[in-house]
Amino acid sequence: MWDYTDKVLDHFRNPRNVGLVNDPDGTGEVGSLACGDALKLTFKLDENKKISEAKFKTFGCASAIASSSALTEIIKGMTLEEAQKVTNQDIANFLGGLPEQKMHCSVMGREALEAAIENYRTGKTEKKIIQGKVVCTCFGVTEEEIERVVRDNNLTTVEQVTNYCKAGGGCGGCHNDIANIIDRVRKERDTKSATALKPAKMTVLQKVKLIEETLDREIRTMLKRDGGDIELIDVSGNIVKISFRGMCAGCQAAPITMKDVVEAKLREFVSSDLIVEEDKS
Amino acid sequence: MKNVYLDNNATTQVAPEVIEAMMPFFKELWGNPSSMHHFGGQVKKYIDTAREQVADLINAEPSEIVFTSCGTEGDNTAIRGAAEASGKNIRIITTRVEHPAVLGPCRHLKEQGHEVIELGVNSSGQLDLTEFRKVLGKEPAIVSIMWANNETGVIFPIPEIALIAKEQSAVLHTDAVQVAGKFSIDVRKTPLDMLSISGHKIHAPKGIGALYIRKGTKVNTFLIGGHQENGRRGGTENVPYIVGLGQACVLAKKHMQDETTRIAKLRDRLEAGLLASCPDTTVNGDRVHRLPNTTNISFQYIEGEAILYHLSDIGVAASSGSACTSGSLEPSHVIRAMGVPFTSAHGSTRFSLSRYNTAEEIEYVIETMPAIVKRLRELSPFV
Repeated sequence: MWDYTDKVLDHFRNPRNVGLVNDPDGTGEVGSLACGDALKLTFKLDENKKISEAKFKTFGCASAIASSSALTEIIKGMTLEEAQKVTNQDIANFLGGLPEQKMHCSVMGREALEAAIENYRTGKTEKKIIQGKVVCTCFGVTEEEIERVVRDNNLTTVEQVTNYCKAGGGCGGCHNDIANIIDRVRKERDTKSATALKPAKMTVLQKVKLIEETLDREIRTMLKRDGGDIELIDVSGNIVKISFRGMCAGCQAAPITMKDVVEAKLREFVSSDLIVEEDKS
Repeated sequence: MKNVYLDNNATTQVAPEVIEAMMPFFKELWGNPSSMHHFGGQVKKYIDTAREQVADLINAEPSEIVFTSCGTEGDNTAIRGAAEASGKNIRIITTRVEHPAVLGPCRHLKEQGHEVIELGVNSSGQLDLTEFRKVLGKEPAIVSIMWANNETGVIFPIPEIALIAKEQSAVLHTDAVQVAGKFSIDVRKTPLDMLSISGHKIHAPKGIGALYIRKGTKVNTFLIGGHQENGRRGGTENVPYIVGLGQACVLAKKHMQDETTRIAKLRDRLEAGLLASCPDTTVNGDRVHRLPNTTNISFQYIEGEAILYHLSDIGVAASSGSACTSGSLEPSHVIRAMGVPFTSAHGSTRFSLSRYNTAEEIEYVIETMPAIVKRLRELSPFV
């Protein structure tokens, strides 16, 4: 059996907001029977243009059903601008995490939401149409979709891309193309972070914010994979105090992780004079 | 809560008689059978007895039985051992619906330069023997075809296949892990060369199996080391498990009649009950040439993993060929090879019975299943 969280099992066993909204303002449909999972999302807006009602119908495994249920709970009460910012990570986090191989369920949720918002704004077809260059022909995944999951989830391997959007999960003929996309996205992001994100002179607030962002993007995902976490305790001058949480607390490799990874990344993305110390108090 | 185990093609409950037979070999009789003292000497005869018991189940000579660690080892030894013994670039013929323990080694040999042909099946999961005869040709070949399919229970006509293979002097191996103990196997009447058995499918523990190798079959040793198993498999004998497998074979033979009559009746009742109470439900595979304990049912428009989790919540254990449970993103290779449409493939669910199942348990599943199917269909955008 999968290592599902209690929250995933709860949303699978007692899914919230099942069905279709009457006279919906937006409808989004993604997936297909062939793919093994499919989701139809409908929503209605109130007079303040906030989502007053969201319902789903899902064909798929326990985590696909739970992700859909979570999605409807997350977006209720949001404006479309807010809803548009919901990521697949938000859906996974809402459920207390998903097994890595099941992350594509959370991506399906995000895609259905985008399709429904698009349908509301343009009145265009409710079904998502494949646009752009198809990289994985087995599952019909485009270059754009792969770039998106790599960027949103900070993915580094082809296997992860398969887990997040199914691309590469069939014949395997596109593995090289996926590897190239990962390389390109990561390079783009690295140059972007190195130049644009780093203001010449930072206020303390800007510095703290940038440190938090860097920890989140570069470190936290990696640690969470092993059941750990990291917390920023204080920033004073060029001294950054952090603390390891979860499995990382007391881990033998923590000092190495701190110097070789955390400090290196913070120096790369924030400021080259930073010194990272573990807060022992 | 109920505890209904209907996943016996995955593994079976160890029979209490088997556990009892094994216990002395953990406590008192722990000697190495190769040793030249009484600790070992007194153990050796129990291995001989177990070998006779396994041989008896398939009507083989005891000397033709090699103990292995599992079905996968038997399949690997047979296929890779025969390929190695035959020299370079031999043709290997197998089917698209084999267990990974056969498909894996065949594809590995293909990468090493051997020619591998995978025969397809029709929508009932059956082979076309004319095609088999055609691809077999006159050249030497190794054939590995399962006796019965683990997912659908479909039985291949191994006696006929063996005759064809023998005519063309091909070496024939069959993965018989699902048929051993379910119906009578007679290797004296069926001219096959090698046959694998797995202990844990017939109420022995995991970690033990046997490979039948007909006298005179050329097959290289897979586990090279000591002289054990007459030089055909190195490694100190797993005495307790070998004794357990022997006992399981004795029990299997004793209960075979029950397996083909009482269990087949329970299976038929389950199948008929589910087809009657759940609309849009179909059976996958040949229903005539089929194991007595297996049924593979597709519940359309819903997905297998979700079915299994709901079943598990009410204490019922089954299995599925859906993408989410097959360990990949695509539904089971067996279901796909049969051309089952996607509307049904993802919702394919296997129920496999054993002699420990009761009529009451079957009625419980028939009663509870419709609500699960209904619930998931209410969620499905395709209904």
